[in-house]
Amino acid sequence: MLKQNRNWTDNPILSVEHLTMRFGGLVAIDDLSFDVGRGDITALIGPNGAGKTTVFNCVTGFYKPTEGRIALRRDQHATDEALHELTRSGRQYSETDKGSIFLLERMTDFRITEVAGVARTFQNIRLFGGMTVLENLLVAQHNKLMRASGLTIGGLLGLPGYRRAADAAKDTAIEWLRRVDLLDRADDPAADLPYGAQRRLEIVRALCTDPVLLCLDEPAAGLNPRESTELNTLLKYIRDEHGVSVLLIEHDMGVVMEISDHIIVLDYGKKISDGTAAAVRSDPKVIAAYLGVDDEEVDDVERDLNVKTGHDATAGGSL
Amino acid sequence: MAETNFPTATAYPEGAERLSEEQREAMRGEPPFAEAPPTDSRLVRALKEAGITAGLIAVLTVFFFAFKTDIAAGGLALTADPIQWIVWIAIAFVGRFVLSYLVFANDKPTVGGWKKITAATAGWPVGKVIGAILLLVALTLPFLLSTFLPSQNRYLLDLSILILTYVMLGWGLNIVVGLAGLLDLGYVAFYAVGAYSFALLATNFDLGFWVCLPMAGLFAALWGVMLGFPVLRLRGDYLAIVTLAFGEIIRVVLLNWANFTGGPNGILGIPKPTLFGLEFNRGAGSFSDFFGIPYSPIQRFIFLYYIILALALLTNFVTMRMRKLPVGRAWEALREDEIACRSLGINTVNVKLTAFATGAMFGGFAGSFFATRQGFISPESFTFIESAIILAIVVLGGLGSQLGVVIASVVMIGGIELLRNLTGLQAIFGAGFDPTEYRMLIFGLAMVLIMVWKPRGLVSTRSPSAIYKAKKKIGADLVAQGEGH
Repeated sequence: MLKQNRNWTDNPILSVEHLTMRFGGLVAIDDLSFDVGRGDITALIGPNGAGKTTVFNCVTGFYKPTEGRIALRRDQHATDEALHELTRSGRQYSETDKGSIFLLERMTDFRITEVAGVARTFQNIRLFGGMTVLENLLVAQHNKLMRASGLTIGGLLGLPGYRRAADAAKDTAIEWLRRVDLLDRADDPAADLPYGAQRRLEIVRALCTDPVLLCLDEPAAGLNPRESTELNTLLKYIRDEHGVSVLLIEHDMGVVMEISDHIIVLDYGKKISDGTAAAVRSDPKVIAAYLGVDDEEVDDVERDLNVKTGHDATAGGSL
Repeated sequence: MAETNFPTATAYPEGAERLSEEQREAMRGEPPFAEAPPTDSRLVRALKEAGITAGLIAVLTVFFFAFKTDIAAGGLALTADPIQWIVWIAIAFVGRFVLSYLVFANDKPTVGGWKKITAATAGWPVGKVIGAILLLVALTLPFLLSTFLPSQNRYLLDLSILILTYVMLGWGLNIVVGLAGLLDLGYVAFYAVGAYSFALLATNFDLGFWVCLPMAGLFAALWGVMLGFPVLRLRGDYLAIVTLAFGEIIRVVLLNWANFTGGPNGILGIPKPTLFGLEFNRGAGSFSDFFGIPYSPIQRFIFLYYIILALALLTNFVTMRMRKLPVGRAWEALREDEIACRSLGINTVNVKLTAFATGAMFGGFAGSFFATRQGFISPESFTFIESAIILAIVVLGGLGSQLGVVIASVVMIGGIELLRNLTGLQAIFGAGFDPTEYRMLIFGLAMVLIMVWKPRGLVSTRSPSAIYKAKKKIGADLVAQGEGH
């Protein structure tokens, strides 16, 4: 238990440090720091408006954070010294034999997916509705195929190298479709799929970009209980069989508590709790943020919280 | 799980669910409104409706048709013309009666027969069959014309060349508007760049058509990229406005940079294309001399026809090929959802620039062909109306559809010419009727009707670029239109 606990501090894939995002006078994220463990499923939870999606948009480059550092270590042996050196050098990323590190806050959105290997899905599903399910997955393999087609020239001439790559891309797509039970809908337009199937398709489309970190924004929203269970299985499969770390925002506690190795709770742009599912579930600050407290208990809880805050600060991740 | 205080997926408000279930149960089986059963027979109803329509027309047009004022000595003279009034009332009555009796109140839908046909041919690749037939006709057209219509041979061949030019321009613009979904109102700019590149290279450096053609295409592609950069961040209407302005800028520059482009006088003496050095004229070293056949001016037209046919087919081939390549798929993905594209690591800047450049390149090819065909170009040929016609061809044909562009070009360019010759209408409207005066009106009306009947163009379905098992057409309602529509 303890070993699993320390995974995100011992072997983080993503380190968010002092992240602050201001929109004019509004502070959406306030000095937020957290780590995402390699090979973990990490959940980012919190009440509505807590800033979860803003964190996602900062990590995936859709927003430029006002302050802070977001570092992605693609492989294990990237040292802190290398990270410091990279930060000071002003470059976006370094890929050496000592390990590759990417500073996501310096990169644009599509480069983050293309180079660093972070893929994402959206809260409101964004599929290519007029294209077939299969085409959606082929578009996701654009960069790989673009290189294989020799920037289109080789593809126009029909060179065998491109044909092989195209067949391989199709095979990858078909394999993923079989995995999520969508193979018989492969030739249907994506907009024709039922809601749950569109969610699954968006997840496998993100996976077709070969990511190391997959960011899912409310993947279980609008799913029925059976579909939620299927989603859990899929996410565990992605983590265990493909070694992809998962960072997800979710409101469905059935999903969160069951599959998360690590939970981070946000409220008003600040981290209020960080730990395993069991630890977060019993944290009085989390309960207070979600359910509120009675008027007569306010004093008690506040006193309790002060004690807790002090305790947290010293004890760190030992929960 | 059960001890936690978190709301869980299973904790639904059951009471509300049961209530809505009960309501649904109660509603089942009975429609909320029922129409009163008709008491009149179909004929009587149709007559009644026709009567009402005729009455309305009578009231509305009484001052327009029944009375007529003329300038006469000492003021206006009022003359009554009841015949014309009654004729119009009768037209309204008969028209409405026919519609009511045969179409609106018909038990069987009028389009039933059509539906039967489409159902019977559902399995066939109708588009492919039509495409193959059209290609066959296009390849043999000069011979068909000289065999069956020798009297109008030259006129019709010239018209075919014009139509094919617009087919090619339509296909080029289809890449930008139909596939990438970027509304471009200044496409004629690339046509102009191609034409002027060829004309200037040919007159200043004495280069031939075949050398200049790729250069003109490259120049136009370069200008496509130059247009692409400023409009990268623009969306919707703003994109359309900037492209419109770009088209006008090019034209105004050509008009005013007189010592380079010749200004409003244009450029004269642009060389004609040659077949491996053989010219199409009388005398030694010409095409007819080399092959030992008698000279005929039609030979040059046939040659031009095959050049533009080859260029158009090249455009089509490259576009169809690119649709199946990652770059083409990225164009369509860009049209569907730009943000999703970026989330998948696609550089949307490059995707947009390649779309503009490719479309512009084909526009440039078409432009240099135009220059060599005319032998003379001036900025007057590249006004906004040209962009509008090309865009209308693409929209009318169906965004992204190659076959639709062909049909729309034939209908639009051929249709305008056809209306010029409709002297038969004089029998209906009197000897003073001049069809050329009304052709734009009739034409506009036809376009409005087509857009009412087929709002997403003549061929509005999209065929997928990759297939797992079976090819299924995708309905127009699912396909996004992109920016600025």
